[in-house]
Amino acid sequence: MSAPVLQAKGVTKDFGDRAVLAGIDLSVDEHEAIALIGASGSGKSTLLRCVALLTEIDDGDILLDGKVITDPSVSPVEVRRNLGVVFQAYNLFPHMTVLQNITLGAIKAQKVDRKEAEDRGRALLDRFGLGGREGDRPDELSGGQQQRVALARAFATQPRLMLLDEVTSALDPELVGDVLEVVRELKKEGMTMILATHEMSFAREVADKVAFIHEGKILESGTPEEVLADPKAPETKKFLRRLLAAGRI
Amino acid sequence: MIIGGLFAIVLTSSGWPVVQERFFSPEAFQTSFPEVARGFWLDIKMFMVIEVAVLILGLVVALVRTSHNAALFPIRALAAVYCDVFRGVPVVILIYLFGFGIPALELSGVPKDPILLAGIALTLAYSAYVAEVYRAGIGSIHQTQTDAALAVGLTKVQAMRYVVLPQAIRRVRPPILNDFISLQKDVALVSILGILEAFKIAQIETNRDFNYTPLIAAALLYLLVTIPMARILDHITAKGEINS
Repeated sequence: MSAPVLQAKGVTKDFGDRAVLAGIDLSVDEHEAIALIGASGSGKSTLLRCVALLTEIDDGDILLDGKVITDPSVSPVEVRRNLGVVFQAYNLFPHMTVLQNITLGAIKAQKVDRKEAEDRGRALLDRFGLGGREGDRPDELSGGQQQRVALARAFATQPRLMLLDEVTSALDPELVGDVLEVVRELKKEGMTMILATHEMSFAREVADKVAFIHEGKILESGTPEEVLADPKAPETKKFLRRLLAAGRI
Repeated sequence: MIIGGLFAIVLTSSGWPVVQERFFSPEAFQTSFPEVARGFWLDIKMFMVIEVAVLILGLVVALVRTSHNAALFPIRALAAVYCDVFRGVPVVILIYLFGFGIPALELSGVPKDPILLAGIALTLAYSAYVAEVYRAGIGSIHQTQTDAALAVGLTKVQAMRYVVLPQAIRRVRPPILNDFISLQKDVALVSILGILEAFKIAQIETNRDFNYTPLIAAALLYLLVTIPMARILDHITAKGEINS
């Protein structure tokens, strides 16, 4: 049995005197998709940012393929080249075309030949339902299309692990479907993923495991059936009840 | 209406015939204009070279000031002091200090050409302004853009080069062009070193027969370059509003 793709061991992070991550232990195997659920401010996004080395952790270790990546001697740039990150607000580069957005990492970071990167980029856009939009600027696309471009951008560098931070939260409900379709596609492909989400239906369908985060700790984790249908911790029950009341399940 | 009224007041004033003769004499205009225009060619050459130098130096200073590298702290502090000093001292004093002070040091190998020294003074003064404009532009690009650039595997330098700077520069083009309009007029200040540019020549012509028309000729020449610049600026600003 090979090492998990990602491991977090006792990861903590304080913002001022607030403990955002209070000792996170997490393990993600190859081809596994883990959904992080929990209220806003519970630490889901911070955990993803810490894994992407965009936020420094205070204590603990994060390992990628068995190697510690949160050590000062490790180059964050090298680590990030093995990761794909998708943000809630897409964060596309507005001054670049769709194709330039998704080939920037391959061309500049991975030094892939431009022609090859562009061919791969176009193929990817076709697959994600964005054929013909390669020359458009991000602001000419709908939110759903922009988020699919962002998914393509993260996937284009063929990462070991993808981190999806609330990728549907900023979208109008009718645009969510197309984005979820792309995530399903990635899952089918065997991509290892951690996704922070509010969409329980999505967590149920795509994730192999669901982890409930509350106040910077993972209170319970298991298969979607276990956690969503039969939660053990009172906080999880309360969280799910609230979502149900809000019509979000 | 108001403008028409003002014109009427000026044109009917008791001193107008004298002013007209002193400032708007067609004969004096005809004789002085070629000379002044020849001098203006030097103004144009100067501000074109200075503008290019300012664009580069201003950007370098802004990049130093926005860097977070701990090792760069002394240079960062130096850049901050530079911006404070060169924005704070009147340009005319800088031109005096550079134009008269540096040759007076009598150091070998140090340039003595007043045009060069005045150009350096103007470059340093305007780079301090433009550096702050660039810096504001860089600061206006949201951190999430840098995050996204780092996330696709770019280094911090690459993130600045390919993602932050192109957006920042697009945003600061209007204020920088505005500074350049100001610079194109301030080139006239180099006349205090005796450099024969448009304003200086106009001054000499004026002193010869106490007719101020050459100054009007010089003013027209400055307008000839600043007004197109203002229109370009309008155009870019309008385009920016449509895009955003």
